[in-house]
Amino acid sequence: MSWFSKFLTSSVGKKLIMSLTGLFLIIFLLVHLIGNLQLLADDGGESFNMYAKFMTSNPLIKMTSYGLYFFILLHAIQGLLIWSKNRASGGSKRYSGGRPLSTWAGRNMAGLGTVILVFILLHMWQFWFQYKWGEVASATYDGVEVRDLYEVVRHAFQNVGFVIFYVISMIVIAFHLHHGFQSAFQSLGLNHQKYTPAIKAIGTAYSILIPLGFAVIPLYILFAK
Amino acid sequence: MKLNLKVWRQKNGQAKGGFETHQVVADEHMSFLEMLDVLNQDLIIGGKEPLAFEHDCREGICGACSMVINGRPHGPNKGTTACQLHMRSFKDGDTIHIEPFRAASFPVIRDLVVDRSAFDRIIESGGYVSVNTGQAQDANAIPVEKNQAGESFDAATCIGCGACVAACPNASAMLFVSAKVSHLALLPQGQVEHENRVQSMVTQMDKEGFGACSNTYACEAECPKEISIENIARLNRSYLGASLSSK
Ligand code: HEM
Ligand code: SF4
Ligand code: FES
Repeated sequence: MSWFSKFLTSSVGKKLIMSLTGLFLIIFLLVHLIGNLQLLADDGGESFNMYAKFMTSNPLIKMTSYGLYFFILLHAIQGLLIWSKNRASGGSKRYSGGRPLSTWAGRNMAGLGTVILVFILLHMWQFWFQYKWGEVASATYDGVEVRDLYEVVRHAFQNVGFVIFYVISMIVIAFHLHHGFQSAFQSLGLNHQKYTPAIKAIGTAYSILIPLGFAVIPLYILFAK
Repeated sequence: MKLNLKVWRQKNGQAKGGFETHQVVADEHMSFLEMLDVLNQDLIIGGKEPLAFEHDCREGICGACSMVINGRPHGPNKGTTACQLHMRSFKDGDTIHIEPFRAASFPVIRDLVVDRSAFDRIIESGGYVSVNTGQAQDANAIPVEKNQAGESFDAATCIGCGACVAACPNASAMLFVSAKVSHLALLPQGQVEHENRVQSMVTQMDKEGFGACSNTYACEAECPKEISIENIARLNRSYLGASLSSK
């Protein structure tokens, strides 16, 4: 085996892949949220629709989005493979004791991740697929005709059931991130009393603020628009 | 004090095994293992097979006394081996669950005794320094920085008990392996073979079937020697570094 595949198939190397893809997804979430917050603007959807057009036509961003799909798949598949291997390592399930000193989120990353995966697939179908191939009305701003994704989103968020699913998914992401953020640095080999307390604090803030930001949007559209 | 014990009994590795209930009258000054000695004396007098459990030093330095007490490897007290746990940590009338360390790579041999030779094979794969025989060296010939020596010593206090594996939801051996890699890596003598060591020990660890580390840190919380997970971070970066730079 070459040194590279030996590294990537070792337990330590597999976790490095989880860490790097996870950190990429963490940065993506921030960028995605900043874009989405334009849904809150009181301009009938103009800024959001222009932003959606920019995001789907700029070649650099297109390249990045292919990377994103690949990294999500890699993270999800690798994560589930690690999970199934770890379950097999765990030994008899017939003993009485649990594992009381590990955190709930830490023990349930795969379950949390699977909910996120279902959410992402639904989310892609509902917005991305419709935007690209569905029937979407158009809107015109200053003579530029764009597809009215704002209307698609506004319509989706009128459905109370979907908004509830969306908000629950954000809570799930919060737990995944709360464990994942600091975990990613540990997997990279970065743990030191000089900076680890700061990583943990930033991770906690990030894991609350980002999902909260996402969750506010459907709630605002449902109740205020 | 009167205790209700629910102990795991299993004839051998193939048997299914299950819990057995026993009453024991113990003294609060007894250690946990002395309490089990009382149980075994009762069993022998009653013509029954005594409970098999491992022990050697009974002073917290050998790592033999592997057992899960009320769901926690080595019992409820922080930084304490089962042999150093005393019955004053329990109350009269308590029900106590006692079972073997749980991990596919630690198969049960009998009752509470598990086979931890996987750890021996990991050590054999690189947990040593090669030293030529000959004249004993002057102890101070190689300078060692004070903080490094301290950190190395902290890692070296690992007694190889396996509680970290039993505590981990994935039965990962990362705390043990990282302690062994670290205590050598932090000393000049250990640096010489560091790159090969970290690679072969991780390879052997994976071969033995231990899980990957999910960073739940249950190991650090349960380790009787309070080995720090900073060692696991060191192992992670050393393994990456060694993979990139070794020949
Ligand atoms: C919003 C998207 C996601 C983000 C930001 C994210 C982030 C992270 C981060 C940072 C980690 C820690 C990596 C480490 O311990 O080194 C992680 C772990 C994990 N993720 Fe995700 N993740 C996402 C989606 C998913 C999905 C869709 C799955 C699919 C099942 C998943 C499954 C897992 C699993 C199983 C682990 C734990 C691996 C382990 O330590 O045993 N994640 N994630
Ligand atoms: S790291 Fe701690 S729990 Fe693990 S084998 Fe060493 S002493 Fe035991
Ligand atoms: S018997 Fe030696 S550490 Fe407990």
